[in-house]
Amino acid sequence: MDKKTDVSILTWILVAFCIVNIFFLVTGKLGFDAKGLGIITAVALTLAMYSFLYKDNPVFKIAENLFVGVAMGYWIIITWFNILKPDVYEQLIVPFFKDTGNAPQYIVIIPTILGIFMLLRFSDKLSWLSRWSFAFVVGLGAGITIPNFIHAFILKQLTFDSLIAGSLPDSINNFLILLGVVSVLIYFFFSLEHKGVIGGVSRIGVWFLMIAFGASFGFTVMARMSLLIGRIQFLIRDWLGIIQ
Amino acid sequence: MERLLRVDRRILFAFVAAAVTIPLLIKFDLPVIATKEVKGIYNKIESLPEGSHVLIAFDYDPASKEELQPMAIALLHHCFKNNIKVIGMTLNPGGTGLADSAITEVGNEYGRKYKEDYVFLGYKTGVELVMINMGENIYSAFPKDFKGNATTDMPALKDVQSLQDFDFVVDLASGSSIEAWIAFGKEKYNFDLGAGCTAVIGPDMYPFLQSKQIEGLMSGLKGAAEYETLIERKSSAVAGMSPQSVVHVLVVLFVIFGNFLYFMTGRKK
Amino acid sequence: MNFFKRTIPLIIAFIMGIMMAFQYYVPHEASQSLLKVVTRWGITIAGFAVFIGAYSLFHLHWNKIKRKVPGWGYSNFVFFGAGITVIFGLYNGGEFFLHDKQEGTMFDWMYFNVQVPAGATMFSILAFFMASAAYRTFRARTSEATILLVAAVIVMLGRVPVGALIWEFLPPIADWIMSVPNMAAKRGILIGVSIGAIATSLRIIFGIERAYLGGGD
Repeated sequence: MDKKTDVSILTWILVAFCIVNIFFLVTGKLGFDAKGLGIITAVALTLAMYSFLYKDNPVFKIAENLFVGVAMGYWIIITWFNILKPDVYEQLIVPFFKDTGNAPQYIVIIPTILGIFMLLRFSDKLSWLSRWSFAFVVGLGAGITIPNFIHAFILKQLTFDSLIAGSLPDSINNFLILLGVVSVLIYFFFSLEHKGVIGGVSRIGVWFLMIAFGASFGFTVMARMSLLIGRIQFLIRDWLGIIQ
Repeated sequence: MERLLRVDRRILFAFVAAAVTIPLLIKFDLPVIATKEVKGIYNKIESLPEGSHVLIAFDYDPASKEELQPMAIALLHHCFKNNIKVIGMTLNPGGTGLADSAITEVGNEYGRKYKEDYVFLGYKTGVELVMINMGENIYSAFPKDFKGNATTDMPALKDVQSLQDFDFVVDLASGSSIEAWIAFGKEKYNFDLGAGCTAVIGPDMYPFLQSKQIEGLMSGLKGAAEYETLIERKSSAVAGMSPQSVVHVLVVLFVIFGNFLYFMTGRKK
Repeated sequence: MNFFKRTIPLIIAFIMGIMMAFQYYVPHEASQSLLKVVTRWGITIAGFAVFIGAYSLFHLHWNKIKRKVPGWGYSNFVFFGAGITVIFGLYNGGEFFLHDKQEGTMFDWMYFNVQVPAGATMFSILAFFMASAAYRTFRARTSEATILLVAAVIVMLGRVPVGALIWEFLPPIADWIMSVPNMAAKRGILIGVSIGAIATSLRIIFGIERAYLGGGD
């Protein structure tokens, strides 16, 4: 289809969208208030995003970039109100100017300075100071990871139910679980060549992995379709009012 | 046949759109039967006495809202109906508005009072650092709530000093926070943990179910629908099951038909 | 200068790593206090990281506008969206940003009517592409691919209500796939990934892994 046709289709869709919304506003189906105008804005952005399914177009690109900007702005403000204001400003700075009943928490200076050092990453001369902050956070993360992962993800995951369980199906399942875990671990052990017995066991591991990936694919389809169902419910319930 | 294989994908998109929209318009109900994974969470909350404290971590953002918000609302209905005190928090900055609106709207429906029956603590960053800090002292992690009120002496948090004092913690996650809650929360501070997640990461949670590191699991919109059925409050998640069924059948038919055409054209050559 | 730029960060990472790894095994009150203080600091430092993300985004789009690369006009909408959201957020319904966050402001309106619908819709587009890929590219060419597709079909049908109507044994088979072979494979992956994470943590602590320091000296 040529550019003229695309522009024509886009124009007609915009006109139809405007007519529908004017009709809803005039008849009172949507209020001429923050809620009603909010629904119209949300629908406009939803349809703008879905226009990508026809073809990549300026309307989609505008909506996409607007979303990115708004999301970043939201993150900045929420970080201020939830982290920087209560944990730094109110604990360190406010007590100097107002009687809050608490003394200034001078110890907060240390993480504040490290936080500011982190931002110096973008300075040509002082970017090396940011390494101190990153080293602190990364070292901290590495340190707490080791014992907690060993306990939660290795020791706890290496407990297997008995192969001689209450019933034959349970015993078979327990055996299959043991076989699956061992064969998958052997498959991922690339320091040994996958030949002979090792090769045979890792082949079984591949089958278990294929079943798991198939299950993951099925669940991924389910997830994406659920997101689509939610958006369509919004369009036909909250905007068009066809369903309750 | 080769033309069928190379059909314009926009025609396939139209099929998908129809498969989702038509069942919503003609409305037919399909039975939703709760699985044992979802019953694990339901039974745990059902067993809690009145006045118990449940922490709900709304660790998702708008991208996963359609799966997790129905789950959150169903969970909140169950808690408030059973007179359980709900404490909300989030590790995801994009989830604050969704969490605050869910907890406030459902709380108001049951006449529950903010600060007395429920509180939304807000957002903190650092994932495992937040969990460990909450595990040591919840007031150190959250000196103020989302609205700026001091958390010490809040009636909803009475008798709660740290994560160990919660009767149940539920993480509603779109990312890897469930694993973090297990490693840096449940295993370290020994509390009961339930999980709700997007269907994408659902299969990854089964090892934790089997090792009993989580009490139960709600996975995707289906999980939310099962929970709505259990609490006898069918809403958008149950309504979503009929289009979900139809579109799954459509995708399976696509896979089968696509492979059939592929092998037939291959044989012809 | 190399001492401040390279050696000190490595010493900091080593001390923090060793200290926090051993802290886990020390039940003394002082150890718990240390954990509380250090994690508190970590949360505060991580709070500043938002500005790194913001700078990176704005720098990228500013360069697009400055160099007038194809599509540079759209980058203006990033600044417009961020600017208007930050202004509304700082205005805070008239109370301004030094007071507690107010409810029902234009900032919240932007969130519920711009960020939420756009964010939710963005990822739902994938549903269409998944269906298209299912028809056009998912081929059972090998035995492994066939196993994958068969498992996917059983799980897709067994996990929705219509599965029980098609065949009564579909849901139990799907449940078995999830709780036995899928669980076993995912457990194997989890153990492998955890061992990898522990190895990487050790490499960071002992200064072998230095990518987090960034480039340069």
